[in-house]
Amino acid sequence: MTERRKLVEVRDLKMHFPIFGGILRRQKGAVKAVDGVSFDIYEGETLGIVGESGCGKSTCGRAVLRLYEATAGSITINGQDIATLGQEELRKRRPMMQMVFQDPQASLNPRMTVAGIIGEPLDEHTDWPRQKKLERIYELMDAVGLNRDFANRYPHAFSGGQRQRIGIARALALNPKFIVCDEPIAALDVSIQAQVVNLLEELQEQFNLTYMFISHDLSMVRHIADRVAVMYLGVIVELAPVQALYDRPMHPYTEALLSAVPEPDPSAARRKDRIVLQGDVPSPANPPKGCNFCTRCPKVMDICREVPPETREVAPGHFAACHLLDQDQTTGGTGGRGSEHNQRLIQQGEDA
Amino acid sequence: MPDGAVPVLEVKDLKTVFRVRGGEIHAVNSVSFDLRAGELLGVVGESGSGKSVTMMSLLDLLPSPPAEVRNGTVMLGDRDLLKVDAETMRSIRGGEVGFIFQDPMTSLNPVFTVGFQIMEPLRSHMGLSKAKARDRAVELLELVGIPDARSRLKDYPHQFSGGMRQRVMIAIALACDPKVLIADEPTTALDVTIQAQILELIKDLRQKLGMAIIWITHDLGVIAGIADRVMVMYGGQVVEQGPVREVFANPAHPYTRALLQTMPKLHGARETKLRVIEGQPPMLGRHPESCPFRDRCGHAFDRCAAENPARRQLGENHDVACHWDHREGKP
Repeated sequence: MTERRKLVEVRDLKMHFPIFGGILRRQKGAVKAVDGVSFDIYEGETLGIVGESGCGKSTCGRAVLRLYEATAGSITINGQDIATLGQEELRKRRPMMQMVFQDPQASLNPRMTVAGIIGEPLDEHTDWPRQKKLERIYELMDAVGLNRDFANRYPHAFSGGQRQRIGIARALALNPKFIVCDEPIAALDVSIQAQVVNLLEELQEQFNLTYMFISHDLSMVRHIADRVAVMYLGVIVELAPVQALYDRPMHPYTEALLSAVPEPDPSAARRKDRIVLQGDVPSPANPPKGCNFCTRCPKVMDICREVPPETREVAPGHFAACHLLDQDQTTGGTGGRGSEHNQRLIQQGEDA
Repeated sequence: MPDGAVPVLEVKDLKTVFRVRGGEIHAVNSVSFDLRAGELLGVVGESGSGKSVTMMSLLDLLPSPPAEVRNGTVMLGDRDLLKVDAETMRSIRGGEVGFIFQDPMTSLNPVFTVGFQIMEPLRSHMGLSKAKARDRAVELLELVGIPDARSRLKDYPHQFSGGMRQRVMIAIALACDPKVLIADEPTTALDVTIQAQILELIKDLRQKLGMAIIWITHDLGVIAGIADRVMVMYGGQVVEQGPVREVFANPAHPYTRALLQTMPKLHGARETKLRVIEGQPPMLGRHPESCPFRDRCGHAFDRCAAENPARRQLGENHDVACHWDHREGKP
């Protein structure tokens, strides 16, 4: 593989939200929404972030763009440390990094016309004359497949899919390099989802964009992403190229998550021995000691309840944080760890 | 599925109309289906396809005005639900027909304990004493897999997680041993791992209790996993209906086919580009006289605008509403 340029480098990012309580409203704890994640995003690729609600994936996306002030960690985008930049400096970098939000209903101002919404970043960051801005707005509307005649309409006149196109056009207005897409298709109907995903892919090719694609839809992430990070309770439990992750998941959580996805194929759906996780995700204000997943893990060991596992590279580019993998390293020895591990998991699955 | 079993619920030619400024919206346009004892019927469709409104029409749950059930019969046993008086309907809802709503956050009352809410139908429908109702409530919570049931009766809904709240909703719906259970997107608001738990629970409960279930969802994957039969709705009408394997293997309606193709797969080769259904979902049945899918259909021809296709039989239990013959490849 040729050396690709890292566009985004996140190291040990933490985002804790304080909890205040008692009569004096003193801080008595923190919701550890994101608790030490590190990853890179290469130029032109799509990094998928998957996980259940409350696992910190959206918080992570927002913190990367510094829509939240991160508690700790460094975020380097295009060679610049975003985490420590002053407000004015940060504002100058904003055109480079943009966001597409989940709910197109809530993220568009109902009192602004489409042209106003798409043109707002231009008003904010350029001193172009009116005519030039208007041309750019039309150009963007063409790019995302909106009819130019609708420029003076208000968001309520559009359907969900079209509204999401408006949100995408706004994100593209300033020629960004990096776009965080926070569940861009979750609020849309199935038949519209495919349209928006195809649009995102076309735009990526056209403008050489880099995406961080946050979603809970594992099938869609498999389609759009190049690499995928699986989050659970504020940490990344596994990060791997898309093929490897879906074919040979290393972490028991990834495995359970994949097995829980219902498949639109009646014969496959019934044959499959599902791994059904018991219980719910613990509160991020009070995560369990040791591995975050130890309360629900079907293969939990004693060590998991004591020591948090370290992230290790189990195959080139394939990272996972699980004690099962440590054990393989000490006992297994002779390569092919992944397959051996999987073999064991399958056997356990059949026993259960 | 017991073959040839008598239908417990038979809906014929149901029409529901919303009166709005500037006209009428035909939200449910001549929907007919039946539900046999012990079977699970999946209803799929996008938002605005009329799937929820159909089910709410059955139990007179729609506010009127603007809604008006204009036509049809809904036979539950030998009674027509559209003709019964309000008092009888009250005893049927939550009694013979249970209902699970989509969002467990908003469908439980936050100011009453979970125990009170489960006991309420038991006391009003079945006339149980308080102590008996409490015992039955504990039984129900245990049935839906809530640990430490007796002490949790005193808890309020906010003390339960999303998945647990949906289990409570299921317990309430099951309280009076319904013959028919209508579940409206019961797992849509839940995470996949929690959804998997609820699906397992439903499969388990079906075996134990044997009621007939109508399961509304937009997720074809969920349907594939649990349903016996599937009914696809679009623009307020049924476009295809049949046994689940048959419909997934040989979808006959262009919409069903397109829907199956647009979904990315979890296994097998990755598609380089997703197939899309062009266009937007229809404005709910503004033109009830023509096929609702015609603007987005690759096979549409002049007859589709002039005449709304009737459902025609394809094979045993499998029917489709389309002028195009997909097997012949011609109209």
